[in-house]
Amino acid sequence: MGAVILMPALSPTMTEGKLARWLKKEGDAVKSGDVIAEIETDKATMEVEAVDEGTITNILVPEGTEGVQVNSPIAELDGGAGGAAQTMHGIIDKNPRENEKMIAESGTKQRVEVSAPATPRAPEVQPERDWGPTQAITVREALRDAMAAEMRRDKDVFLIGEEVAQYQGAYKISQGLLDEFGPRRVMDMPITEHGFTGMAVGAAFTGLKPIVEFMTFNFSMQAIDQIINSAAKTLYMSGGQLGCQIVFRGPNGAASRVAAQHSQCYASWYAHCPGLKVVAPWSAADAKGLLRAAIRDPNPVIVLENEIMYGHTFDCPTDPDFILPIGRAKVERPGTDVTIVAFSIMVGMAMQAAEKLAEQGISAEVINLRSLRPLDTATIANSVRKTNRLVTLEEGWPYAGIGAEVAMQIMETCFDHLDAPPVRVHGLDIPMPYAANLEKLALPRLEQVVEAAKSVTYK
Amino acid sequence: MAQAAETSPKRRGKAKEPPISRADLLKAYRDMLLIRRFEEKAGQLYGMGLIGGFCHLYIGQEAVVVGMQMCLKPGDQVITSYRDHGHMLATGMEARGVMAELTGRIGGYSKGKGGSMHMFSREKGFYGGHGIVGAQVSLGAGLAFANWYRENDNVAVTYFGEGASNQGQVFESLNLAALFKLPCIFVIENNKYGMGTSVERASASRDLSQNGAAWGIPGEQVNGMDVIAVREAGERAVAHCRAGKGPYLLEMKTYRYRGHSMSDPAKYRTREEVQKMRETSDCIETARKMLLEQLAVTEAELKVIDDEVKAIVQDSADFAQESPEPPESELWTDVLVEAK
Repeated sequence: MGAVILMPALSPTMTEGKLARWLKKEGDAVKSGDVIAEIETDKATMEVEAVDEGTITNILVPEGTEGVQVNSPIAELDGGAGGAAQTMHGIIDKNPRENEKMIAESGTKQRVEVSAPATPRAPEVQPERDWGPTQAITVREALRDAMAAEMRRDKDVFLIGEEVAQYQGAYKISQGLLDEFGPRRVMDMPITEHGFTGMAVGAAFTGLKPIVEFMTFNFSMQAIDQIINSAAKTLYMSGGQLGCQIVFRGPNGAASRVAAQHSQCYASWYAHCPGLKVVAPWSAADAKGLLRAAIRDPNPVIVLENEIMYGHTFDCPTDPDFILPIGRAKVERPGTDVTIVAFSIMVGMAMQAAEKLAEQGISAEVINLRSLRPLDTATIANSVRKTNRLVTLEEGWPYAGIGAEVAMQIMETCFDHLDAPPVRVHGLDIPMPYAANLEKLALPRLEQVVEAAKSVTYK
Repeated sequence: MAQAAETSPKRRGKAKEPPISRADLLKAYRDMLLIRRFEEKAGQLYGMGLIGGFCHLYIGQEAVVVGMQMCLKPGDQVITSYRDHGHMLATGMEARGVMAELTGRIGGYSKGKGGSMHMFSREKGFYGGHGIVGAQVSLGAGLAFANWYRENDNVAVTYFGEGASNQGQVFESLNLAALFKLPCIFVIENNKYGMGTSVERASASRDLSQNGAAWGIPGEQVNGMDVIAVREAGERAVAHCRAGKGPYLLEMKTYRYRGHSMSDPAKYRTREEVQKMRETSDCIETARKMLLEQLAVTEAELKVIDDEVKAIVQDSADFAQESPEPPESELWTDVLVEAK
């Protein structure tokens, strides 16, 4: 019984090739691993190895032939020890043309557009829940309390990072945690972000729930491959088998006078990536509620804190179950004339701007995004349908920034409600300068926000 | 490589007692053969255009993963790079699911969404299948970290190539594992070539087993073409890790017969070099010879195994072609876990 050797595809893009040389002739016996021919592809000359044993009975394509189509017969082999004859590439009863057809069809299928949201949408607008009595605490304490509460609740939660244990945190966020939870659950790491981030992601694959503190998010760039390629993508690549419940947190954005390498906003970087959630708290309540939700979330969550906010005091609910949903923005101040969208430290500037604008007879609604991915487009759109005007505010760079995304989503969802083009207020498109005067100029300023609001309201 | 090939037969050539039981070597032979035949079939399906993109075959290196797997127990974890089909089969993952993933079908381990480089099975302790060279080493340290955190005696076997051994995060991971005494066995599969660059041109170290020496990690060079030598070294490494003494490093001197990936013409080495390895050091031939000559196994018994393996591989190839492509609805699933 004869078997057929087919012209193989030797690269992902090869459709035809030149049969450059036969290394076996008719009548030769071949065994697995023998090189039988050389084929020139579009990229290189490749050797073709025999897979099955047998004797070559017939060479169908002489050497030197160009343009031999992939999957066309090039030689015949005797089948050897009985049984169904097989081709070098598979089962003989499957017509190679059918395979080509199948491949062609599958290619067509892939091109069919499938309608689905470009980014995950948050649920419709929901009123902020009243959590009852509050107490004034700092953002620093709120973050610490959130971690402590979740670590008490779940023994699989642990904290790693540089200086998080014995030093009590470079910014004193983890104060007291080593004492309460011991050295196995609060671990100092050597200065090796790439390595310990990968280690934490690996631990999360087994079901543990690490909190990774970056001393600042600037250093997360050392580890960004593990965050995106390992933590964010593995669930999808595994068909849903291997989730990664992990929190990456630390101060993000500009601190003060620390120059370009230590003053950068990563909101746009991380919010760009499917498979991640990204939150950016402003107040103590945001910090506590969002960090608790991040730790409980079964997905990788980036928590972008702000160093300057750590020492600020806010009223925070005392309810031991207090938690905030990821994916919901908060209307911090209602208004009717213009919507100002901000996150993290810039919410404070937006609130100040609203105050100034009120003095000038302009009623600004301030939205604290809280969550950057998923983005609560519903709450922003709801506001814009009322105010018909949008100003976005962020510390980061404008190019492909959060403001750009917010403005585009609003144009997609309620373009007809806009009475003016949206305006972005943002950090300048330059590395952060060190000099005090230049640094001040590189960051958004209150008067710019006020001016932007006035410009979109034509006042 | 040559010296490894020469020392191996000598070491056990005149041994009175074979250093492995009949049953164990039969099992190793079967598992190595399954990987070999599976990979050959994958190469065929690639040739037919049924497998796309990258496809890195493990042919030649089978003894490494099979020998190591013989040392492991349930709960131990395995992680590797993109040359991963052999590791999957060795951990007991089904040939059908692996082959169907290669063809991008719904019956694949990742529902067709991962492909050759991205398959996983928590049940079998296999944590991938990773496409970024060296990334799996930090992740593997994390698997070991989880064992340490949970205070069990499981070990994590972290495979990587000699090419990856130069990555910065590999050294970071060696430090972390040694610092925290993590039960991690680092296995360098030194097949001599990182794509087209020979190890001599990529690493200033001539003995990769000593790459952890600065952190006090014990290391051994092992003839990775000899499944018995691999198992013996693996047992030492596993015992060390289970005893809580921290990580262990094994440099497996091995060889891949095929190109780096399917489209690699492998012009950086001579045909004679490949042929010599196949003829003098092939792990399956070596095992076969020992079974026949020293362990009283008959050709007929081996034929039964050959047929069984052939049937499994053919079944997997049939399944991988019959299983449908994932439905379009799969585009949007598994991006995030829905919160409870």
